[in-house]
Amino acid sequence: MIPAVKIEGISKCYHTPDGEICALKDISFEVRKGEFIGIVGPSGCGKSTLLSLIAGLLQPSEGKIFIFGEPLKGVNPKIGYMLQSDSLFEWRSIFRNTLLGLEIQNQLSSRNIQAVEQLLTKYGLSAFRDHRPSQLSGGMRQRVALIRTLAVNPDILLLDEAFSALDYQTRLAVNDDIYNIIKKEGKTAIMVTHDIAEAISMSERLYVISKRPGSIKLAMDIHFDIEQRTPLKSRETPGFQRYFNQVWKELDIHVS
Amino acid sequence: MYPEGISEEQQKYLKRIKSQKRFILVMRILLVISFFALWETATRLKWMDPFIFSSPVRMVSTIARLIEEGSIFLHIWTTLWETVVGFLLGTLIGILIAIVLWVSMTISKIIEPYLVVANALPKIALGPVFIVWLGAGPASIITVAVSISLIVTVLEVYTGFQEADPEKIRLVKSFGASNKQVLTKVILPSSFPVMMSALKVNVGLSWVGVIVGEFLVSKAGLGYLIVYGGQVFQLDLVMTSVLILSVLAALMYFGVQLLGKRIGKKY
Repeated sequence: MIPAVKIEGISKCYHTPDGEICALKDISFEVRKGEFIGIVGPSGCGKSTLLSLIAGLLQPSEGKIFIFGEPLKGVNPKIGYMLQSDSLFEWRSIFRNTLLGLEIQNQLSSRNIQAVEQLLTKYGLSAFRDHRPSQLSGGMRQRVALIRTLAVNPDILLLDEAFSALDYQTRLAVNDDIYNIIKKEGKTAIMVTHDIAEAISMSERLYVISKRPGSIKLAMDIHFDIEQRTPLKSRETPGFQRYFNQVWKELDIHVS
Repeated sequence: MYPEGISEEQQKYLKRIKSQKRFILVMRILLVISFFALWETATRLKWMDPFIFSSPVRMVSTIARLIEEGSIFLHIWTTLWETVVGFLLGTLIGILIAIVLWVSMTISKIIEPYLVVANALPKIALGPVFIVWLGAGPASIITVAVSISLIVTVLEVYTGFQEADPEKIRLVKSFGASNKQVLTKVILPSSFPVMMSALKVNVGLSWVGVIVGEFLVSKAGLGYLIVYGGQVFQLDLVMTSVLILSVLAALMYFGVQLLGKRIGKKY
């Protein structure tokens, strides 16, 4: 089967007047359709750069990226990107926020609009469709942001620290919420986070990236012996702590 | 009077806010009344010479005389349309230039020092130049008004554009947005408050530009009346014109504010 995402020897360097900074070095991995991939690493290791590359917002210095077998050139409609902040537009209603992607891609057909309305109803937001973003809680805003991404019907979702703006309790709930939506919609997901527990609880495979220039230090399949896996349930299983310790050791974080 | 379920403390609080609001309104009205009353008294009792200082009653009779003559409407109309045109041109051209600067980083870097110099220059100094170029008429006056508000608008709006949230720009780019879409979907709507405040500043600046322009060269308008009144020592005419001017300027300011609120709601 053709992998949803195939990354082949990617390196990325930034150029500044003070010199060259290499964020990523020789990264390769594959993501199968429907998988949930986690990427963790110390801050500044180039995790976000990796997602920007897959999103087509940046060009790699070396290496190639294939999306369903096709080489990636620029922004690809098969890929949806969720950023750290929900970035909802205060000057638009919730409904018009969720239509943003369709509007930009000139896809505002009645069928697509109807699909968005169905998503809003399905995920309990239809009562808020005419509200302003500031009237919603952080968790709900994140859900709106996800629907905005899903509206353009991408096959692959990129989550860039998508939950780090939320407080801890909300975050646990939103982890579950977003995870379930992504699974229900049958999407492939690549999530970048600095939160080890979050990464283990949500991903099926985890890549640990080293300090800059980031390269893959550890690839690890994560499996829990539970039916109907959810992030919250995963956190409660005995195997969770073992995975955590393993990643923690690899990250080799020192406070100095 | 209050709906059920509002506690006594809340009621007291609401009452306090209400009475404070009323107090401020009353004081405002009282202030303007006592200002004019003091002015009138001072000139009646010859503390001040009404010939030089004019007086509210003399101003009212001047207005009545001007209305009877009918000439005042011509002067008001002249100044008003010059100001409105100057205001619209200054704002529109300013926003357009800001957009050009936003589109091309290179252009903006090249002309940045010149913008700063142009901003520091007292544009009134160019008044005689405009008169030579454009003739002694409304075109020169409007150009003076535009020159005063233009650079400020460019700088303020461009700064507003640059402050747009980079995350939002990344977001629309991840949907494949073109430069034009980044502008219309993110930059312009998110800079709306900045543009509104620039508009409000421009109202005042356009009045300044038009009045100074009329000082320099004009055959009609409130600025003309003020200069003429000063030259023939008719201070009644000068004071009356200033009064009319302040009322018009205030009306236009509130008009712009109202418009901003209307459009702001739509966004």
